[in-house]
Amino acid sequence: MIQAILVFNNHGKPRLVRFYQRFSEEIQQQIVRETFHLVLKRDDNICNFLEGGSLIGGSDYKLIYRHYATLYFVFCVDSSESELGILDLIQVFVETLDKCFENVCELDLIFHMDKVHYILQEVVMGGMVLETNMNEIVAQIEAQNKLEKSEGGLSAAPARAVSAVKNLNLPEIPRNINIGDLNIKVPNLSQFV
Amino acid sequence: MSDIVEKTLTALPGLFLQNQLGGGAASIKASFSSRLGGLVRGITALTSKHEEEKLIQQELSSLKATVSAPTTTLKMMKECMVRLIYCEMLGYDASFGYIHAIKLAQQGNLLEKRVGYLAVSLFLHENHELLLLLVNTVVKDLQSTNLVEVCMALTVVSQIFPREMIPAVLPLIEDKLQHSKEIIRRKAVLALYKFYLIAPNQVQHIHIKFRKALCDRDAGVMAASLHIYLRMIKENSSGYKDLTGSFVTILKQVVGGKLPVDFNYHSVPAPWLQIQLLRILGLLGKDDQRTSELMYDVLDESLRRAELNHNITYAILFECVHTVYSIYPKSELLEKAAKCIGKFVLSPKINLKYLGLKALTYVIQQDPSLALQHQMTIIECLDHPDPIIKRETLELLYRITNAQNITVIVQKMLEYLHQSKEEYIIINLVGKIAELAEKYAPDNAWFIQTMNAVFSVGGDVIHPDIPNNFLRLLAEGFDDETEDQQLRLYAVQSYLTLLDVENVLYPQRFLQVMSWVLGEYSYLLDKETPQEVITRLYKLLVNGSISSETKAWLIAAVTKLTTQAHSSDIVERLIQEYTRSLDTCMRQHAFELKHLHENVELMKSVLPVDKSCEDLVVDASLSFLDGFVAEGLSQGAAPYKPHHQRQEEKFSQEKVLNFEPYGLSFSSSGFTGRQSPAGISLGSDISGNSAEMGLKETNSLKLEGVKKLWGKEGYLPKKESTVGDEAESQPVPQDNVKMENIDQTITKKDQPQVHMQSKEEKEKQLLASSLFVGLGSENTINLLGKADTVSHKFRRKSKVKEIKSGEATSAHNMTCSSFSSLSNAAYEEDYYLDVLQNREDKELKKISLNSEYLDSESFTELHVVEKLSNCNLSAPSLFADNNLEIFHPSQSTTASVANEVSIAAALLEEPTEHMHSDLMEICNNETISVTSYKIWKDDCLLMVWSVANKSGSELKSANLEIAPAENFKITEQPECCLPMIEAESTKNFQHSVQMEKSFTEGTLSGFINYQMMDSHSVQLEFSVTLSLLDFIRPLKISTEDFGKLWLSFANDVKQNVKMSGSQAALPSTLKTLQKKLRLHIVDIIGNEGLLACQLLPSTPCLLHFRVHADVLALWFRSSCSTLPDYLLYQCQKVVEGS
Repeated sequence: MIQAILVFNNHGKPRLVRFYQRFSEEIQQQIVRETFHLVLKRDDNICNFLEGGSLIGGSDYKLIYRHYATLYFVFCVDSSESELGILDLIQVFVETLDKCFENVCELDLIFHMDKVHYILQEVVMGGMVLETNMNEIVAQIEAQNKLEKSEGGLSAAPARAVSAVKNLNLPEIPRNINIGDLNIKVPNLSQFV
Repeated sequence: MSDIVEKTLTALPGLFLQNQLGGGAASIKASFSSRLGGLVRGITALTSKHEEEKLIQQELSSLKATVSAPTTTLKMMKECMVRLIYCEMLGYDASFGYIHAIKLAQQGNLLEKRVGYLAVSLFLHENHELLLLLVNTVVKDLQSTNLVEVCMALTVVSQIFPREMIPAVLPLIEDKLQHSKEIIRRKAVLALYKFYLIAPNQVQHIHIKFRKALCDRDAGVMAASLHIYLRMIKENSSGYKDLTGSFVTILKQVVGGKLPVDFNYHSVPAPWLQIQLLRILGLLGKDDQRTSELMYDVLDESLRRAELNHNITYAILFECVHTVYSIYPKSELLEKAAKCIGKFVLSPKINLKYLGLKALTYVIQQDPSLALQHQMTIIECLDHPDPIIKRETLELLYRITNAQNITVIVQKMLEYLHQSKEEYIIINLVGKIAELAEKYAPDNAWFIQTMNAVFSVGGDVIHPDIPNNFLRLLAEGFDDETEDQQLRLYAVQSYLTLLDVENVLYPQRFLQVMSWVLGEYSYLLDKETPQEVITRLYKLLVNGSISSETKAWLIAAVTKLTTQAHSSDIVERLIQEYTRSLDTCMRQHAFELKHLHENVELMKSVLPVDKSCEDLVVDASLSFLDGFVAEGLSQGAAPYKPHHQRQEEKFSQEKVLNFEPYGLSFSSSGFTGRQSPAGISLGSDISGNSAEMGLKETNSLKLEGVKKLWGKEGYLPKKESTVGDEAESQPVPQDNVKMENIDQTITKKDQPQVHMQSKEEKEKQLLASSLFVGLGSENTINLLGKADTVSHKFRRKSKVKEIKSGEATSAHNMTCSSFSSLSNAAYEEDYYLDVLQNREDKELKKISLNSEYLDSESFTELHVVEKLSNCNLSAPSLFADNNLEIFHPSQSTTASVANEVSIAAALLEEPTEHMHSDLMEICNNETISVTSYKIWKDDCLLMVWSVANKSGSELKSANLEIAPAENFKITEQPECCLPMIEAESTKNFQHSVQMEKSFTEGTLSGFINYQMMDSHSVQLEFSVTLSLLDFIRPLKISTEDFGKLWLSFANDVKQNVKMSGSQAALPSTLKTLQKKLRLHIVDIIGNEGLLACQLLPSTPCLLHFRVHADVLALWFRSSCSTLPDYLLYQCQKVVEGS
């Protein structure tokens, strides 16, 4: 079973936090922090598996992570999951995000946090892997989006806006834009609102 | 990277422009959706955590105002929720919004509902009280005709749902299993799985539906049901063997590419499905040849089909290998699997290498030669830059450690330990080193030095068992007395050297170990006098960095040494200083020391040299105070009543309801040894005399060194013995020879290569030969038991404590005396001595029965005990013989068998002794009939099988065997093989069953075979069902203990049950429960009843019953999460049935 799914950027800012097991608010934050420190120490060319340590249940639990440009995707799983299987599940999740957001970047995850959660819900439900077929996931999300389009035409506007930002070349693995210093670029946003 | 940033920068104006254009018509909308953007921008612009906090608090307070304003529309609320989710993600409390999230899920349109559900599932947890408000919404949405609404409801149910409300939605979700849409069916299956996880008993009745889901026409639904099966099979594989064929067929079809192409991932057909199926097969085929044979073909196919083109095929391969090694072995498959492991280990990809090492660790028990094959890779991995790989390698080495490679392996482990800073890893690794060192240490110096390293590196995070075991090892010693002394002397010397090093701080635990050893064994020193040792200890004592616990250990050591030092200024100074200490504990110790110091004779008798292992008889009944009490009584003092009795009296006088929670109304009162018979029998355990009690309170020195003879499970040495039995009965010398041969072959093999290789390579080769020494294919390494073919240096003696009491010394040998003295101390019955006199003509035999019968309750029935002792107290002489933990069950004689059977019969005739079930016939044929019944003994379940020979001729070599079951530990009583059963007679067999893993229902299967006179043998199979209930026992506690325990348990369930009778029926209902479920009635107070029980071995559960009109409110609490659920189900059944 999957215990937790964490996404944070290279500076440790959480972008998606989803726990499938109950932890108190403080413990959750601590887990995010410690996980970040654990994966930050690791080069990109060493293995993608880590032991969870004492915080998240001991030796039965593993942290399986992937690093995409500015973002770390970390799945915390117990021994009933296959390590390589989860590693590819992360890939499926990210590729799905990429399809749904048309070349995903960190900004998408920030401004459409809710959407990311909906996509995740179609992949993993209550800690169990629900669907691994990317087309199926995208179809589900699109079915939901249709509702969205029909109900609130303009709520989709920011999505279009953000997707305009993205670079157009689509590499094999979705790359992300480094917006580590977001403050340089966005300050003018308010004057348009 | 930088060019991407640049691109972003240039593209950004476009974003703003679009946003501006997009505004206009619905500017309110736009402003709301960009609020989150504003927040994000604000946060990223900040430089300090403090500023961020300020900003978020500001944001939260404005959100709070918005959400609670009546004018806020649901649309706005939706935006607010997203911002709240963001704040919560950053770790800020947004609890004011929870209720609004629920409202949004209730009232909103589809989109708003979706946000509402998401927020609820992120904010709340299963036990949150607000969650109850969501139940109605979920029920409504489950009935909706809109697919999206149903999906959302199912999703939220599978994320969080209050356990007690499951019945409300269960039928609705069950209906969804027949839904026409595949996605709904699939989600319904997962929601049911969630229910199975949190409340297994509530979904017991729908197991048949799970089977339907497995056969669903859609592969996605089938895949979802595999989650459930994997879990259920893990818990009880024997119940699902019949499904093996189906799983194999499914896997065959998947591997054969019969699924639609949609299921392909990188052109591999449904890899996750394959992984799941392989795991299930591995569990099903474990230790089961027949089931395993069904899957050989498909495994072979999987191994063949998995062409290595993508990561995911490696995932499948890895599972294949795992399964091949889990199931009943087939050499062909093993060979292929071994090749696969090679591919993993030799892969340049690090993830695969890691998994290869993991697989090696797993299979090394079956095939140690694989480690030899890959030895050079393993050596390389030891120096790998990735610490995770290194750790996995060490784990692997840990499994192949033996007496020859221990030094190298432990050295590698210590090296790793010095680099690692993570507490979790240190604890884990240090434990392993200590374990290995204890087992295989080549010599004293190495052992002590390694343990020193363990203590200094492990610091104060190490498991407390490590120092305790170490001290016990030193104190109990080994077979050779002079060697013991040398080890102790070496330890003392090494600690003195360590203490002489200036400016080094040792961890507190290490200092405690040092002070104990110095206190006990400094007398072995010839150069240093006790005074010098005391000086060093004193220097530590005045050191500021010492914790007060360590100080207590230090003073205890000084106290012991003072006996040997005739006079010491330092002791005087210490007494002076610490009798005025503000720390009461220290002051107490100092006063003890002072008074003992004044009376040297007393001191010497209280603190004898090198007697740490000797038991002391303690008078737990405090009978020496009898005179004092009698005097008090004669002067008119009221007799003492224990606290609970006083409470009861108070209640019965007042006749009012107790409205306070139980835990609070009772102040804690100490253990009243005088009143409880259990207290007296415990006496032998809590050895020590009153003069020493002071020392014990804080450092409990002696207790740690003393081996426990009696525990919850009965007579303890028995346990170890049976474990050791197998390992040590192996022919030791033979294996040694073999291993040496292998060593030679290894070195020979290495020699010709050495010339060609560089120096570095040579070093590696050298390391390899030292690491993999003693590993060969013939040499089995048993992982779990760590059965060692090498003779241990530090093998623990199974020391049976000798207690010096007058009667004991009159007995014949050591164990014999311990037995009699124990029984004397505990029960003051001297008939035991008579029994022991008769003992000599009996054979050696397991004493396991003793432990089971001789527990506190059975002692009240003396005649039974007498019978038991007659046949069973025959074991001891074995200890006297060789001090090894070997038993010879084969030597048991027919005479004792006869006795055994008569006990069983006696037990049956005596239903008051232990509760037992009715006789039940489990199998029969024309010659024999096997009936069985369960005896619910206090520490285990005893299965008694009686085999009746109906024929007129005698049956030869009757043998009854029980198949090992995953959930149980079955201990066979020694006489399971009878040479013959006479015509028309009945013989009994017994098995004691203990639960290893919790389950709700399991089967115990076995067979009986025998030979007829015409010498053809017949075999009959049978099985019986065991339920968790068979392992529930009454827990006898007092009301106040109940109160205390009640507060300490986190898991609880509540349920109301309709009762047929009125309030007066409560006692009778409880009686029924007590009888049917074997509970203990703690107390009945007015309309409330308290019951307690425990799940063997020791998981307590507390039950609270309250009657209101005709409703019985059940409220159960336990430390285990599933137990209350189960009991609730059972109680409900009983109450509703009565």
